[in-house]
Amino acid sequence: MIPFSRLIDALVFMPSRNGKLRLLGQYFATTQDPDRGWALAALTGNLDLPTAKPAMIRELARTRVDADLLGWSYDYVGDFAETIALIWPPKPTNRAPPTLGEVVADITGAKRSETPAIVEAWLDACSADQRFALLKLITGGMRIGVSARMAKTALAEWAGKDVNEIEEVWHGLEPPYAELFEWLEGTGERPDPDHHAAFRPLMLANPLEAADIAALNAADYRAEWKWDGIRVQLVGKARELGTFERRIYSRSGDEVTRVFPEIVGLMNFDAVLDGEMLVLRDGEVMPFNELQQRLNRKIVTAKMLSQYPAFVRLYDILADNGEDLRRLSFDERRARLEAWYARMHPDRMDLSPMVPFTDWAELTAMREASRENGIEGLMLKRGDSTYVPGRPKGPWFKWKRGALTLDCVMMYAQRGHGKRSSFYSDYTFGCWRPAEQGGLELVPVGKAYSGFTDEELLRIDRWVRAHTTNRFGPVREVEQELVMELAFDSVHPSTRHKSGVAMRFPRVHRIRWDKPANEADHLETLEKLIVS
Amino acid sequence: MPIAHQKPESWVRVTPQGLYVEPGQFFIDPTRPVERAVVTHGHADHARPGNKHVLATPGTLAIMRTRYGDGIGATQALDYNAPIQVNGVRLWLAPAGHVLGSAQAVVEWQGCRVVVSGDYKRRFDPTCAPFEVVPCDVFVTEATFGLPVFHHPPDSGEIDKVLRSLTLFPERAHLIGVYALGKCQRVIALLRRSGYDQPIYIHGALAALCALYQQLGVELGDLRLASEASKDELRGQIVLSPPAASADRWSRRLPDPITAVASGWMRVRQRARQRGVELPLVISDHADWDELLQTIDGVAASEIWVTHGREEALIHAAGLMGKRARALALVGYEDDED
Repeated sequence: MIPFSRLIDALVFMPSRNGKLRLLGQYFATTQDPDRGWALAALTGNLDLPTAKPAMIRELARTRVDADLLGWSYDYVGDFAETIALIWPPKPTNRAPPTLGEVVADITGAKRSETPAIVEAWLDACSADQRFALLKLITGGMRIGVSARMAKTALAEWAGKDVNEIEEVWHGLEPPYAELFEWLEGTGERPDPDHHAAFRPLMLANPLEAADIAALNAADYRAEWKWDGIRVQLVGKARELGTFERRIYSRSGDEVTRVFPEIVGLMNFDAVLDGEMLVLRDGEVMPFNELQQRLNRKIVTAKMLSQYPAFVRLYDILADNGEDLRRLSFDERRARLEAWYARMHPDRMDLSPMVPFTDWAELTAMREASRENGIEGLMLKRGDSTYVPGRPKGPWFKWKRGALTLDCVMMYAQRGHGKRSSFYSDYTFGCWRPAEQGGLELVPVGKAYSGFTDEELLRIDRWVRAHTTNRFGPVREVEQELVMELAFDSVHPSTRHKSGVAMRFPRVHRIRWDKPANEADHLETLEKLIVS
Repeated sequence: MPIAHQKPESWVRVTPQGLYVEPGQFFIDPTRPVERAVVTHGHADHARPGNKHVLATPGTLAIMRTRYGDGIGATQALDYNAPIQVNGVRLWLAPAGHVLGSAQAVVEWQGCRVVVSGDYKRRFDPTCAPFEVVPCDVFVTEATFGLPVFHHPPDSGEIDKVLRSLTLFPERAHLIGVYALGKCQRVIALLRRSGYDQPIYIHGALAALCALYQQLGVELGDLRLASEASKDELRGQIVLSPPAASADRWSRRLPDPITAVASGWMRVRQRARQRGVELPLVISDHADWDELLQTIDGVAASEIWVTHGREEALIHAAGLMGKRARALALVGYEDDED
């Protein structure tokens, strides 16, 4: 528990991604099996100890601490594991803090009724920091700013491998991952992923710059619409007696199988498919924020299923009945995909249609004309491109349609984080609308914290400090004078914002030092841009 | 002790100006200017300028003079444990262990003893006299860390964190946010006691009080102004500033700084994270939960009045110990800066 608790503490306070990767790598390099494997399982959300639940821990704490004091403390601290870790009044003990291996072995080996006494003895043997790590470990849900992908990236960097190699084998592995560590340390064989419904690392596209187009030969490329959903990989693997192992992965390789039961139920196939998860109602793609209602939910209710029905638009096939198709060209894979679809015809799935074109001028016109829901722009893929994990430059491009822009007035500024912590770098912007008592007032429409250079940031920071009218903790209210042109991808109705609208991906496009605030845009202009 | 004739709250009263000792006609730590003030210690929310007459320890008066110049009014210095009579009230000051010069105000009238402890802590501090337990009838206490989640760890471990980080990141400045009075000098003194003999760089806002501490005999070693050092000189060095300066333009002069904050609040991870602290140091000049309870038990008062902080939990706990306890609801004291 001692090295693990040191790791958790260091991670919690490490602001930089590279720093976190270094800490994780150091831990994997210096910690024994099986402890490091259990730590990896905890960090990737794969450690499940069903008998150690928060309710049990709370009961335990109540035997040592007055209920009211516990309640006030939890209100103040806000994190359950941390509250118990800090408040626990340890009884003297001659036991050492348990190792991770002991924790997992003892809890899995114990009856439910025996668990509280086991945990109680550990809490006595641990320091406050160790109690925090222990409670995070056994109650699951670390929430310490480390994603599964980051943990795997750290493993890859430590072992000198590509993270995609780890993703390839990952889903066939079980904690505490002895096999994996042996392979990474060069003392064992590569674990064989083909027996499992494993994630295949994705091929990603580069943004297409206007200057790139001229250099590209239109005849080499195929075009599809770029759908505004989430990229998913559907993996079905045949098992005995006509059953299938079925998994859905997100773009990063995290499993989202449980989020989309209506899709999983239809995956009676042995294939790996690449596509876009969308919400489709009456055959029409719904705006992204409807899909968002389905994400980040632990429990999928019947109401959510009927209100936000999921649908997958397929655009690639990576494996078919055990045959790896990634070495085929895009055109060959497309033919295989169409043949597969004609054969299987699964419900709640269709093919993303090809967009035929003869030259770039024609395609440019189509891209500009596409303002309908669910389309973000175009994808361009070379017909002869094989499926290469990562983001190779050249074979695939995403060509988003031009951003929308609007002149807004800065209302509030907040200091940033990390390197920007001494700069006012996060801004809230407003547009004009008629005020109740006559005249015009600004209403906040969005926040932006990117799109300017370091020099511009220096200048804005100076401006904010010189034009502050009010302070609310870390936030400064500023004079309503500075206009910035915001760029954003689309606008949606929102009940969360006072203005009733929310922008998607707002960023600063241009700073209009020259423009008087009263010439900034009005809310109704923004409302007209809502796609419905 | 003789039995009191009057209820204590009838002669030590809460007024808009602060706590008023009526028969003595003086206020303790008034938050607005008054005729006669007794000041427990030099922090700005307890020691304010503009009073006509101020009584405090010589240390506290020196601190007030450094901060406010002549604006502190006529002064009367009173050493620790040297009782005087003020309009028939017996008044004396006992060490509170909070910062240099800090005192508990002990007032006795008609056989009843009330101790107004100001802010206090119970552990060792090389920069001030240790807290003395004064048995009393009414003990007036703060509750800054009045929740059982606050257990301040030993200072030495926290100082070690800084020294270990310096060896790990010898190319980065280590910026420690400290309150200008007390915490600053204590952190420096603790670093010195642990054997750290490099120059320590300070923000200009800390210079005057550090000089005063040194004048009053507290060893702080080689202190230099950070503003006069080059970026390169500050690599691998310890720099102290008020907490707000780490997020201010001032900090841009530092080479890739690691931000630390020395405060009891650093015990709570979320709180440290919200403030963007990379190296939280749990060093406090206030009593933690155990010290609060230990003190309430030690003074053996039958009544506990709580001035500021997380009153409800401390009142509840005092109740469990069989004490009558109530909140004074005094306004104007801050608990965010420790």
